Order: sequence, then C-alpha cells, then structure tokens
Amino acid sequence: MAYSDKVVDHFNNPRNMGSFKKDEEGVGTGMVGAPECGDVMKLQIKVQNDTIVDAKFKTFGCGSAIASSSLATEWLKGKTIEEAQKIKNTDIVQELNLPPVKIHCSVLAEDAIKAALADYQKKADTK
Amino acid sequence: MKLPIFLDNHSTSPMDPRVLEAMLPYFVEKFGNAASRNHAFGWAAEEAVENARKQIAKLIKADSKEIVFTSGATESDNLAIKGVLEMYKEKGDHIITSSTEHRAVIDTAKALEAKGKATATYLPVDKYGMVNPEDVRKAITDKTVLISVMLANNEIGTINPVKEIGKIAKEKGILFHCDATQGVGKIPVDVQDMGIDLMSFSAHKIYGPKGVGALYVRKKNPRVRLAAQMDGGGHERGMRSGTLPVPLIVGFGKACELCEQEMATESVRLAAMRDRLQAGIMKEIDEAYLNGHATQRLPHNLNISFAYVEGESLLMGMKDIALSSGSACTSATLEPSYVLRALGVGVELAHSSIRFGLGRFNTDEEIDYTIKKVIEIVTKLREMSPLYEMAKEGVDLKSVQWAAH
Repeated sequence: MAYSDKVVDHFNNPRNMGSFKKDEEGVGTGMVGAPECGDVMKLQIKVQNDTIVDAKFKTFGCGSAIASSSLATEWLKGKTIEEAQKIKNTDIVQELNLPPVKIHCSVLAEDAIKAALADYQKKADTK
Repeated sequence: MKLPIFLDNHSTSPMDPRVLEAMLPYFVEKFGNAASRNHAFGWAAEEAVENARKQIAKLIKADSKEIVFTSGATESDNLAIKGVLEMYKEKGDHIITSSTEHRAVIDTAKALEAKGKATATYLPVDKYGMVNPEDVRKAITDKTVLISVMLANNEIGTINPVKEIGKIAKEKGILFHCDATQGVGKIPVDVQDMGIDLMSFSAHKIYGPKGVGALYVRKKNPRVRLAAQMDGGGHERGMRSGTLPVPLIVGFGKACELCEQEMATESVRLAAMRDRLQAGIMKEIDEAYLNGHATQRLPHNLNISFAYVEGESLLMGMKDIALSSGSACTSATLEPSYVLRALGVGVELAHSSIRFGLGRFNTDEEIDYTIKKVIEIVTKLREMSPLYEMAKEGVDLKSVQWAAH
C-alpha cells in the first residue's frame, strides 16, 4: 500500500510533536485508543480567551495515525473552542487521502480532539 | 550500496543469476512437453525434469521418484493434507497440527473441518514457538491419520524438534507431514533421519523461480498414498496432473544444487551477519525483545519487538529497507501476528514486531546501514510515543484503563 504524499510529509516532519504539563493553566488533554489495538493518541490544547493558542500531540500507531494527529494539531491552532468542535474525521480523511482501512485513524483523531476539549471544559468548569 | 535493501527473505528471495542461466534454454529452444514420449523435444524436456528431480531429492536425502512437482508450497500443503485425509478416511479423520503453522496448513485443516471431513487438534507452542513432541504423542487418538508440524517458522525462525515428532509418528503408525518451506536449503534436511513421510517446500524461498514447489511423498516404509486434488493427465505418479513447467523445474533443481553445495558456508555467514545485526540493535535500544528461540532458529532470521512503537510506523520510517512486521496494520485481517500471540507475546508487543530475513545477497555494509536506521527510527518514534513517555514517568501501562476501540 502506498501512502499519500501528505501522510508521508506529516510522518517525516510531524507538526507540534510534544507535550504540555497536564496541570498547566488552560491545558486540555485527550488520550484515546489502546496499546492492544495498535494505536494511542495523546492530544493537548492550550486555550486562552476561548481560543486555542497552541496544540501538541504524541502518538503510538501507524503512519496514518501519526499523520492524522499531526494534522489535527495544525488545524486546532488559532481556532475557537466552538470551531474546534466542528472538526470532523471525514475532513482528515479527505485532507490526507486516507484509504478505507485507515479511516479509524481519523476517527481516533476526532475522538482525541473531543477528549481534549472536554478535558479543558471540565477543568474550566471546576475552577 | 544500492537502495532499497532487501531484508525480507522469508517472504521470497531474489533469483540467483546461476539459476536463471540454467533456466533460459528451456523457454525458446528446449520448449518441449516432458510428457511427450515420441520426439526429441519431449525427451529433452523429460531429461531436464529428471535431472532437476535428482538435484532436489539430493538436497533432502530422498529418492528422485519421491518428488512430486506442484505450483508451490501452498499447493503442496493442500495436496498433502487433503490428499491424506481423503485417501485414509476409512482409518480416521483426525489431524494433529500446531498453532504456529503457516496459513496454508492451518486454513487447509480448518477448511476440512468446516466441511465435516476432518477434526483437527492445534497444538500450543512454548514461549519460543516450539512444539513439544510429548504434546503430539498425547494428542494422538485411534482416529489420527496425519501429523503436520512445520520444520521452521516463517516469522520467528524457530526450528521444531521434527526428528522426535517423526519418531513418535513412526511408532504410532501415523503419517507425518512437514511444511519445510523455510528450512529446506537453509538448514540440513534429511527425510530419512527426520522420519518425514510428506514434505512441502518451494523454489522461490531458495533463490529459485516463483511458481514451482514440491511435495516429497515417501515411497517405502511406508508407501504413502494420496488422493489427487487435481485430475487430468495423470502426471506425477497420478498425484498431480498438469503439464510440468519445465523451465521452473530446471531452476528449482539448480537452486537446490546450489544450496546443497553452499549451505554449510552460507548458513555460517548469514548467522554471523544476523548476530551482528541483533547485537548492534540491542546494544543501543532498551526494551527490544527477541521473539523466538535464541539458538534453535534459522540462521537468517531475526524477529524483534520494540516496545512503545508500532510496527507499521517502523517500516514506514525505514522505507529503503524491505522488512516485515507482525503489526495488525500490515495485515489484511487487522489482527496482529497469530504466531507471536501463540508464543504468549502480548498484543501490544506483537504490534511492535519487526522481522528481518537475511539472504544470500546481503552484504555487511547493508547490515551496518540497517542497524543505524533501526536505532534512528526507534528513537524518533519513541520520542513521539505517549506510551514511552508514560513508561518513563513510571506509569504502569497495564494499570491504565484504556478506551479500546
């Protein structure tokens, strides 16, 4: 199976790879997947005034999983919370040209975005 | 050094130029049908086939009349298992095999089971992937007609105690089939000494052409009979009809002859290269685990799991090295390697496995390059891995509640 140029590019030059401290002000962390399934994504957002100012990821998984999460961080930066909620896995599939067997990677990335947003929301609400 | 490097010799191997040279006259000049008894074209083809049969038989210490040509090891496995079960159905319908066999054996047994034509026992293996001969003995019932255990595994290279199994089979009067596709030409095989009654192998794993294989079928003590699975002109002692692919058979013969002559030195050279590859990687990478047996394995096999990184991404990061992984993402089934699972390797480590398969044409320079690349990519992907990060923070990954998907 050949990978699309965009998947290869994200794999070779991952954007925003790394971590924020989980307890840092304004940081929301989403961790989805399971090692037994062969992919785990950690996606983090840093929010100021309702806008995502920074995002980071770490992913254990195939090239398409890495590319999906790398792309997600790129898209998240600069978006408001509301805008970020609207990112769909199908957008990722289209942008990265993922084949059918790799669609679950994009689903996982969407789940990771949702989980990070929920975590941020939860932390904001309990303050 | 030329890129990409081929380190996937368990899947197939490049043809040896000497093999190609032997084959060439049999396409255009000597194109006869080996079954044509009445003219020179047929005689020349028949002579070439019989010569190849001798070369092949010699490698496995058989008689040339005991070699039945097929299209490859998959057909040989099918013919052996289906042929025996059908021929000896009055005697029983039980087959004993193992859980790490190639799919050509397991799925053949399963297909027979599904049709109600056989019952099968799939023996477990130990943590090195080895079948215990005593388990074979215990599994035998009065309905058992066939034992089918592979010589060496295609993923982890573990070599089974075939001789002990052969002895038990003989003692109990049960036929013993051995899928020796990965072992023939790589390690010494002696069908007499090993007590093998039927044995599958193919040409393309030993620097010969694709599309031809053989089934060794014992002629005496006992004389093994088979129900043909392909009807037609009654070629190959009636066991496998179909016009023989003379050029492929000539290539198969030449490939066997070369293995017979060069195996002793080649296996030492490959094992040394393999050991250097293993040591070079293990020295730099922590939590890299060898899959299979440390010593009882094929000289050209190395299978390692790299904790915290996923196999397909490893392969993707080493695009210029042809390798294989037990990761689900590289298989059609989305399940990680059933062979590694049978050894008791955890699912996550099965996802993280890489198989290196060395071959005749690999060089020291290629091994050095591979060591360097593996270290680079594992390090890079671990930096990217949330699991590695958590492990370094002291989190016990087994205690985490993962949301399985």
